[in-house]
Amino acid sequence: MSTTTAGVVVVGGGQAGFSVVQALRGAGYEGPVTVFADEPRLPYQRPPLSKKAHTEPEGPAVDLVPESFYRERDIDLRLGEYVAEIDTAARAVTTGSGVRVPYEHLVLATGARNRPLPVPGAELEGVHALRSLDDALAIGRALTTARDVVVVGGGFIGLELAQVARARGAHVTVVELADRLLSRAVSAQLQEHLRERHERDGVRVLTGTAVERIEGRNGQVHRVVTGQGPLPADLVVYGIGAAPRDELAREAGLAVDDGVIVDEHLRSVSDPRVFAVGDCARHPHPHAEGLVRLESVQNAIDQGSLVGRRIAGTATGPYASLPWFWSDQGAVKLQIAGLRARTDEVRVVPGDTPERVAAYAFRDGRLVAVETLNWPAEHLAARRLLQQDTPVSPDDLSGSTLGTLARARRATEVRA
Amino acid sequence: MPIVIFELPDGTQRKVTAGSGTVLMQAAVSNGVDGIVAECGGNASCATCHVYVDERHGELVGPPNDVEDEMLDFTAAERRPTSRLSCQVQVSDALDGLVVHIPEEQV
Repeated sequence: MSTTTAGVVVVGGGQAGFSVVQALRGAGYEGPVTVFADEPRLPYQRPPLSKKAHTEPEGPAVDLVPESFYRERDIDLRLGEYVAEIDTAARAVTTGSGVRVPYEHLVLATGARNRPLPVPGAELEGVHALRSLDDALAIGRALTTARDVVVVGGGFIGLELAQVARARGAHVTVVELADRLLSRAVSAQLQEHLRERHERDGVRVLTGTAVERIEGRNGQVHRVVTGQGPLPADLVVYGIGAAPRDELAREAGLAVDDGVIVDEHLRSVSDPRVFAVGDCARHPHPHAEGLVRLESVQNAIDQGSLVGRRIAGTATGPYASLPWFWSDQGAVKLQIAGLRARTDEVRVVPGDTPERVAAYAFRDGRLVAVETLNWPAEHLAARRLLQQDTPVSPDDLSGSTLGTLARARRATEVRA
Repeated sequence: MPIVIFELPDGTQRKVTAGSGTVLMQAAVSNGVDGIVAECGGNASCATCHVYVDERHGELVGPPNDVEDEMLDFTAAERRPTSRLSCQVQVSDALDGLVVHIPEEQV
């Protein structure tokens, strides 16, 4: 393909970048499409990386699609090649190897990077973070022999990995600085249920506890010193949040504030030729006050798809997909539909089996978000009702579930 | 390895080879069959890999499991007696020649 014809350039080969090009070609876009992916492998799914131990020598089968997908659709996938600079005036990017590629539309899908663990000893052998498939393989290898595992951070990744390590027979301690697990992501009412289940599975949970330093022997991690004393460790995994990779945009003079700032069409507020999607984008959302940045597969897929279709000319509306999320933590399947705010009123309702719980969040008397444990049907019902903007009040849920409401509504639609 | 046929809503067919021991959703995704979204990657979390099993093959494929059965009430396209989530259908040699129909919408 000639690099002198300007088409769409996508920076980033993760889920969001993939969704852009899949949607572009799916919507009939015929111009040149180039994707720069800094990892030297085909775009893959990240959610499975933290949900099981990956030990296969070639890596697990997590490719999003085979290589032929790109070839058949004339998508120029540049693996192992990164973009070093964006020239918005000339509408061109320059790669790490100095190649200049012009664009008509540029899509930033650069994702996020892990926040580093800011304690002495974080560089020791046996201390891992998880983001890439290589990270997952390294953790999987370490888990074949690890006996004492310390997980730093009681967020989604940490809790998923804690259960993975537990299933491998290791002693596992989760150390969380905040007073609760998942303190930002999940309502306080559900956090206690989650903690109970992890403890029942034999995961030790220390909340309100700081990691002071990590100590090693011969360069290999040996123990983790916390505010509650030392913990033996031959493997440490940490997941203490991520920061958007927005420096390319910042250096190009685009508006950036913990993410590339975009409008409701996911276009940079500084330059209509530039879009940003996925973890790196800070955007308005009809369910949120102010701008939000969402780190989820759903958000990556839906934003990528919208921008692809918009460039191809088959989508015109603003980004309004209902946010949803899931996390498999051992036998616990946590799912979230909608966006909860700190001030929402939350009501917890037990499900029809002991494993099932739902937490319903109301704002001004109207349902805005639903968190469920081990109850995918209730989660899906929540998504249907929230997506359709069906008003649900606390009274509607007295002695009922969203499943019942959604089924009744569907029956009415079919009759109508 | 068994051959599975995905029929798109417009009637066109995609014939793909499915690996034994994988799931039907994987066969669709790894062959780039449009219309199987599989947002959750096969974790029975999202119901975006909904298919209708051709009536001739219903018995061969069997009924949905309990969790799947509940989830099928909330698929984007209407539920039919032949509805399954393709991430929950194990591929075996017995499924050679299977025809499944992809619904109009998944999300």
